[in-house]
Amino acid sequence: MTMLVEIVSGLFILLGVIALITGSLGLVKLPDLFSRTHAVGMMDTAGVGFIILGLIVYEGFTLVSVKLALVGIFLFFTSPIATHAVAQVALRSGVKPQLDDDGGKDGGS
Amino acid sequence: MIFAAGLAACGVALILALVRAMRGPTPFDRLLAVNAIGTTVILGIALHGYALGRPEFVDISILYAVINFIGTFAVLKLFNTGGLGDTGGRAKPDLDDIAADGQAGNSGKAGTKGGGRS
Repeated sequence: MTMLVEIVSGLFILLGVIALITGSLGLVKLPDLFSRTHAVGMMDTAGVGFIILGLIVYEGFTLVSVKLALVGIFLFFTSPIATHAVAQVALRSGVKPQLDDDGGKDGGS
Repeated sequence: MIFAAGLAACGVALILALVRAMRGPTPFDRLLAVNAIGTTVILGIALHGYALGRPEFVDISILYAVINFIGTFAVLKLFNTGGLGDTGGRAKPDLDDIAADGQAGNSGKAGTKGGGRS
């Protein structure tokens, strides 16, 4: 039973780690501020959600797992709000979205 | 151990976000990267607690989550309104509006752009 719990929590943490690495790679490689907000949003919801879920599965039902659920719920609601606000303020203060492919000349490499 | 591997992956993600924070052309890229660094630090603290067998470190994760959210919005308010105090909910007037006001002499329309949404 503990073997099964460790396997399931390890799978959840592995999924979260994959989402986290993919999001941070997108944060470096994507060419534009608004596409980078997409990468960070995926990192904040999928990565945090799966890793917190894996830790909750490993922990069982205790006070620490309730606190982990609080962290997960808080980040699940506030991180998309933060990235949306960053995109809104950037658009209002004059950052132009890159609408066409310009050969990846600014920051794409 | 899966927790140590997750901790190492959080470190890799933090370094990649730090690269974007150093290279970012606009301040908003840096702010986005700082937000991502905060997220990886939150996960790193929780995973570190489990890797060392002391899960009580989750309390520090809660604190970091709240501070990260409030810090991001404080910097955004500084960008948007030009100050951290009570700015009346008005957006910072653009340079074009200030120039137009200097010529036309009416200052009534400068602060109404985007008002009430910040």
